[in-house]
Amino acid sequence: MAASRLVKGLLLAMMLAALMVLPHFLKYHHQDFLIFLTINVLVVVSYRLVTLTGEWSLIHAVMMGVGAYTSALLTKHLGISFWISLPLSGIVAAAIAAVLCFPLFRMTQFYFLIGSFAAGEAIRLCWIHFIQPFGGTGGISGLAVPELGSIDFFEPIPYFYLVLVVVTLSLIVLYRIETSRIGLTLHAVHWKAPLAESVGVNTWNYRSLAFVIGSFFVGLAGTLKVHYLGTVTPNQFDISLMVFILIWVIVGGYRTFYGAIIGAVVLSVLDEAIRDLDVLRPAIYGALLIASIRFLPSGLESIPQRIIARFRCDSRTEPMP
Amino acid sequence: MDLLLQSLVNGLIQSGFFALAAVGLVLIFGVMGVVNFAHGELVMAGAYTVWYLHAQIGLPYPVTIMAALAICTGIGLLMEQFLFKPTRDDPLGGLICSIGVLFILQVAATLLGGDGPSKQVPPPYEGTMILFDTLRIPYQRVFSLVVSVAALAVLWYFLTRSRFGWALRAVSLDREAASLQGIDSNRISLIAIGVGAGLAGLAGALMAPLTNINPHMGHNVIITAFIVTIVGGVGSLSGAVIAAVLYALFHTFVSTYFSGTIATIGGLLIMVVVLILRPTGIMGRRVSE
Repeated sequence: MAASRLVKGLLLAMMLAALMVLPHFLKYHHQDFLIFLTINVLVVVSYRLVTLTGEWSLIHAVMMGVGAYTSALLTKHLGISFWISLPLSGIVAAAIAAVLCFPLFRMTQFYFLIGSFAAGEAIRLCWIHFIQPFGGTGGISGLAVPELGSIDFFEPIPYFYLVLVVVTLSLIVLYRIETSRIGLTLHAVHWKAPLAESVGVNTWNYRSLAFVIGSFFVGLAGTLKVHYLGTVTPNQFDISLMVFILIWVIVGGYRTFYGAIIGAVVLSVLDEAIRDLDVLRPAIYGALLIASIRFLPSGLESIPQRIIARFRCDSRTEPMP
Repeated sequence: MDLLLQSLVNGLIQSGFFALAAVGLVLIFGVMGVVNFAHGELVMAGAYTVWYLHAQIGLPYPVTIMAALAICTGIGLLMEQFLFKPTRDDPLGGLICSIGVLFILQVAATLLGGDGPSKQVPPPYEGTMILFDTLRIPYQRVFSLVVSVAALAVLWYFLTRSRFGWALRAVSLDREAASLQGIDSNRISLIAIGVGAGLAGLAGALMAPLTNINPHMGHNVIITAFIVTIVGGVGSLSGAVIAAVLYALFHTFVSTYFSGTIATIGGLLIMVVVLILRPTGIMGRRVSE
């Protein structure tokens, strides 16, 4: 057991090292892509924490926007430094999520799905409608670039390192949460809610907790994204982003921690590879989504397990003649 | 006063589209338990059919309405046969597949009409009816209201008076028990989605001359359909129709006196409140666990 943990740790360290040198070999355009991909990894992993309790929320993209707008307003209008607005954006997203828990978690399943969609869309329409302070459809532009000593975060590579640090730390925390007692209880709330309740678990509390923590981290992701772009608009966080998050998590597989990450990485790289197809891209995404639900319902994460299972079967049992 | 009366009439006419779109969604959810996220795109497909066949090729408007109905019914049947039926055991499967269809239909519309500005269809029925000197109702709107009401009446007759309608309602109440009574639930599902998708196509065809047609118009339609479905009570068709009328009036009034965005925000908030206070909606029935 200890040996396998060591191997895992080494593998992760190697991956991290590879990620650190990777941007130096990439073109400018691909460096951008790598930054957004890294941010999206945090988005999907934080979303998976929310779905651990079995509730599929459609408000996650908007919570990302809440973080982004918080930081945009704080840095732009109050002149607060990015380093303070970054954690604050997560805290505000978490606080709004905590308030939303009261109406939303009175619902479950289909009703929760629709209710979270409605709440999110209402928030997003507020950004469009209230031009003061949110800037309407055009949003807020000219966001400050983080400053730290002589490092120029306007360049993609330093910004990538910033993103990498924040995302890695967040992933470690999220992983610890999932493997902790809280995480195990979240699983219990999903699969055996009545049983969990019967042993004294308050399922409402745990659903809310997962939602609030997930919103905190996706708020951070939103801030990281818009400070690189320099603008925040309501359409960055519309239902199509939410749909992409869903696709990444479902195609990758939502049963394991790494499944969602695999989904985001594989599909984003694929999307980048078919960039030339332009208008056809969403259709290819749609077809992939349908194909994965039909033929790979447990997601990409199940492919290694399937191969291993097949290999074992072949070597141990001879096929009947 | 004039504005008030005009808004009232506009709202009533609007309710026809809302009801057609929402009833299909309710029917599909009731019978198959699938939230059809592509429902707005079916409406869009209906509108595009009219735009292409009527405004581009020049076929008569009524023919293109029938074509829109047929095409959307066809899309619905294909969705059931190849997507919803095989994923019946997976609670999220149907929803995810419908999102896939949403993307594919949007791209199909872009390929057909290009990515340029929104399309317009010149109203086939010109002229305006003037009532009480001040109330102005274009004939096009009168026509779409009449057709929507007629379609809903036919649907009501079909559901309450025909054997298929009884079977359909039986399946939506309890799929298993209906199967035990010898009802072929797969066939009923095909009928439900065929009718639901056809009504969406009809809504799109009727809307086409009155709205901007673009590949993303389904977004607003699905929001409206969700609001109407929830407020009316999930699974209740009469509730959906009543909620469609109420919401259309609400939306028209708020749009007239404030703004369209405020109207939609208000609708979404009403929906959340209904979900909290009365999840069964105004006409829903309580289902024991």
